[in-house]
Amino acid sequence: MGAVEVREARKRFGAVQALDGVSLTVGEGEFFALLGPNGAGKTTLISALGGLVRTDSGTLRVMGRDVVSEYDAARRLLGIVPQEIVFDPFFSVRETLELQSGYFGLRDNGAWIDELLGRLALGSKADANMRSLSGGMKRRVMVAQALVHRPPVIVLDEPTAGVDVELRQTLWQFVRELNAAGHTILLTTHYLEEAQALCSRIAMMKAGRIVALDSTSRLLAAFSERVLRVKLDGCGLPADLAAQATVDVDGWHRIPVGGAAQVESALARLREAGARVSHLEVAEPELEEVFVKIMARGEAATGALA
Amino acid sequence: MTAGFRTLFRKEVLRFWKVSFQTVAAPVLSALLYLVIFSHALAGHVEAYPGVGYVQFLVPGLAMMSMLQNAFANASSSIIQSKITGNIVFILLAPLTPGDLFAAYLLAAVVRAVVVGAGVVLAVAWLVPLPPPNILWLAAFAFVGSGILGALGIVAGIWAEKFDQLAAFQNFVVMPLTFLAGVFYSVQSLPPFWQAASHFNPFFYAIDGFRYAFFGQADVSPWTSLAIAGAAFCALSWSTLRLLQRGYKLRH
Repeated sequence: MGAVEVREARKRFGAVQALDGVSLTVGEGEFFALLGPNGAGKTTLISALGGLVRTDSGTLRVMGRDVVSEYDAARRLLGIVPQEIVFDPFFSVRETLELQSGYFGLRDNGAWIDELLGRLALGSKADANMRSLSGGMKRRVMVAQALVHRPPVIVLDEPTAGVDVELRQTLWQFVRELNAAGHTILLTTHYLEEAQALCSRIAMMKAGRIVALDSTSRLLAAFSERVLRVKLDGCGLPADLAAQATVDVDGWHRIPVGGAAQVESALARLREAGARVSHLEVAEPELEEVFVKIMARGEAATGALA
Repeated sequence: MTAGFRTLFRKEVLRFWKVSFQTVAAPVLSALLYLVIFSHALAGHVEAYPGVGYVQFLVPGLAMMSMLQNAFANASSSIIQSKITGNIVFILLAPLTPGDLFAAYLLAAVVRAVVVGAGVVLAVAWLVPLPPPNILWLAAFAFVGSGILGALGIVAGIWAEKFDQLAAFQNFVVMPLTFLAGVFYSVQSLPPFWQAASHFNPFFYAIDGFRYAFFGQADVSPWTSLAIAGAAFCALSWSTLRLLQRGYKLRH
């Protein structure tokens, strides 16, 4: 049984097919990224999991519970941190968390609320009104709200959008610990380096469809490569290297290299040719490159169909 | 009904209580102003019922009118504010049933209405001598009347996407129905057409029955009023629950 199982989910909003037959399984305990450009359908999929959106067809399950017919169980197993910063200006931080606990039928949740406040560095703001908090603090309260009922599956929809570095660090450390403690994490983000560093598996969505779904390492191996980046002093690359290299916008040359041996041979070739290397670095495979390639490929596929 | 209902109900009551100056004191003041102005303007008016002076007659009507308007305002403004600010997601993501949502918003609306109604009656009690009311009739019509408007407020709050749509609902549906429900006059003093028209207005029965609780006399029998207002309440409640079950404009 997967923590999240989506089968052939379809949803149309007017002229827009927001979900176009999405199938996806996130295993228990996974740290999973759902990536894609704006409008790809990520938030619609997450909203469907939480019951905020009703799909036209298909089934969605959280820890085996159907989100429509067994919504009570499914919602208790799921904690969603929505993308937009929203809050109720009538209440303080602690009241907000107590109310959220109450909606789940939890009384005397104070000990866990205190722990959440501490972990998210909100302790000093517990009695402050929500209105008085900064954006980053409101975001932390939303994370706490999603966790009041200790859900085994946690969904974070762009949790670090517009958030400062320090909060990002605290947030990721906390989420990593939750994951290590067995929670399944489903994350959407536009910061691909975060997804690459944190997530073991990745799905990419485009125009309501899953266009790539694999482990992070396999995606990187298939679509990105290690490159030797060099900047030369007043001369060009020797012709054989130039044939396989590309030039970056900053004027650096990118020479694909599989492993350490190829780095050596490329450097040897440069020396032989008498090229003067002023700067040099080895760039590891990047998810950003994978993303760009897969999205471009999707474009071509769509074009071919049309 | 789940345990979550209690929390949502408590939250809805806290929400208006935290701003009670605006949600309770202001409507009580408005009702007092109506009373002062109308009682001066119409002081020489004939007795509405034998032994019941015009100013006395006015008090239950004004109290009920305030209750109806505040029940509507409480449910509708809470829902539309949550929708527009977006914090309704926290309620929608919780395992609250449609019945929980309905009962919590409705009962909070009734509580606000009762607080405002009590405020109006108590505030005028030292200005206008009132007979001791029949508590059972009083409670029955207070509940049914504010229940009708609470349910209507839930529907309007769900339906409206902008504050001006809600204001339109309030100005073009709620206000005319309340003002034409015999708050300021006995409908028996109206021309036959308007008298007949008033009998199609469920608000009229809530006000008339509420007045009966004070004076033991009214335009129609309190049993008829209770039956008709009760039927309107049940029909509206059923429709509201259906909307919530379908997720109309809440779950897209």
